[in-house]
Amino acid sequence: MLEVEDLVVRYGQATALDGVGLRVERGEMVALVGPNGAGKTTLLNTISGLIPPAAGRYRLEGRLAQVPEGRQLFAGMTVEDNLRLGAWRVRDRDCRRIYDLFPQLGPLRRRLAGTLSGGEQQMVAVGRALMAQPDLLAVDELSLGLAPLVVDALAEHLVRLNRETGMAILLVEQNARLALELCPRAYVLEAGRIAASGSSEELSRTAAVRAAYLGGAADEAAATGIGS
Amino acid sequence: MTLFLQYAVSGIATGCTFALVATGFVVIYRVSRVVNFAQGVFAVVAGMAVSSFLSRGLPHGPAEVLAVALAALAGLVVGVIAIGRRGTPPLASLIITLGLGIGSYAVIILIWGDQPVSFTGLAGLARMGGISVQYQFLLVVAVTAVTFGLLSLFFDHTYLGKALTACSSNPYAARLVGIDVRRMGLLAFTLGGALGGLAGVLITPLQPVSFDSDVGIAINGFAAAIFGGLLRPGTALVGALVLGVAEALVAGYYRASFESGVALVVMLGLMVWQAGRRSPAAEEGA
Ligand SMILES: Nc1ncnc2c1ncn2[C@@H]1O[C@H](COP(=O)(O)OP(=O)(O)OP(=O)(O)O)[C@@H](O)[C@H]1O
Ligand SMILES: [Mg+2]
Repeated sequence: MLEVEDLVVRYGQATALDGVGLRVERGEMVALVGPNGAGKTTLLNTISGLIPPAAGRYRLEGRLAQVPEGRQLFAGMTVEDNLRLGAWRVRDRDCRRIYDLFPQLGPLRRRLAGTLSGGEQQMVAVGRALMAQPDLLAVDELSLGLAPLVVDALAEHLVRLNRETGMAILLVEQNARLALELCPRAYVLEAGRIAASGSSEELSRTAAVRAAYLGGAADEAAATGIGS
Repeated sequence: MTLFLQYAVSGIATGCTFALVATGFVVIYRVSRVVNFAQGVFAVVAGMAVSSFLSRGLPHGPAEVLAVALAALAGLVVGVIAIGRRGTPPLASLIITLGLGIGSYAVIILIWGDQPVSFTGLAGLARMGGISVQYQFLLVVAVTAVTFGLLSLFFDHTYLGKALTACSSNPYAARLVGIDVRRMGLLAFTLGGALGGLAGVLITPLQPVSFDSDVGIAINGFAAAIFGGLLRPGTALVGALVLGVAEALVAGYYRASFESGVALVVMLGLMVWQAGRRSPAAEEGA
């Protein structure tokens, strides 16, 4: 589905990704966690075709759509226009399936996207990405600035979509606990490199990951050199 | 009173042509964030082209349409040069359009010479409420009204129009959904060229154009465009009409040579006012 190999991405002189490798299989849910500035957003923008890599390659089967960090809606346009523009690359611009998925959005379809609450905006952002009928959905910081209950509801939707339609999901999260809970497999990205990867269960038992992302003891992290 | 109305009506007509030029500025700026200083050139090119076409025996109608198409093509060419390379900073593009505007003098003089050019538009006068109005004025107003109607239909009710608005609203998100923002910018330049051309076709029968008329045309259009912060075509239309009437009154009652000074004064005043009103943060979000 998605295969990233030795990917190097630079912003001018600064190296944001330094030899990153990562795989997402068909129908899989994979988490990508890591501290601020690790390069998570850079990775998603590269596989979305927005940034040309300096070296390495990625291979993508099918269509990818991204729910960007901070939602990035067309603020002055209506909810319906936002959703319809998500279908730019496909023929079908019918928003009904999004309103079926998120019934709260139906009555808001004529509202300007910028006037919605954070949770509603995130639904529009997810809906807009789904309009492209992606085979792989990349979600950047699903939980950013949202109340836990709203995050849980959105996460539930994603899991259900993954089960019912077989759409693969690559979930980038600051909230590592949530991401490791939702996705069976995960990668830890630190300073532009994959620092650890494996099943989420194993990773969340690793002392270093616990210390850095799940609120474990700090001295354990120092001992293994991960998380700084 | 009659004199006042006479001036006002002619001011509305020229205001309409300012509005078309202003909308060209706005359409291009919204999508590409480039202030296109070559905007006045499109009007000159179209005005001169019509007169050439007419003198070669092409009838009215086709001559004007062809001239507007030529201006649209000129818009596309300016766009390709100014924003064709991915990642060109808007300020660099702006300088490029400025250079193209000046460079165009050479091409225009080569093709049409350095003398003012004109042609007769709609001849005749209509009697309206005690004053006589040139048919050409009515034509200008009608064409402008129809153009604005079509533009609002295009931007508010078509998928392509909304994609253009999306590029203006959030270029990053537009790229994410797969819109080619650069191509949309080129489309905007083409549209801007056509709008400038339309203004030229309408104004040339009222006041002859020469190779350097673009400066006056662009200043008036730009002054109107910044009424709406370079982003809102509706406000630019109002600004253009106010400007057109003000200039006609100044020229009529005072001195014709002060006419173009009005635009400069209005423009400076607006810029100072807007700079004071808008915080840098608000500018960012616009
Ligand atoms: N447009 C840019 N120009 C220059 N440097 C950039 C740009 N975008 C990101 N960077 C740098 O690249 C590095 C990786 O940034 P990136 O946004 O990918 O991190 P992230 O893992 O998504 O962080 P966060 O969790 O805060 O969202 C950072 O050091 C950042 O400062
Ligand atoms: Mg990020």
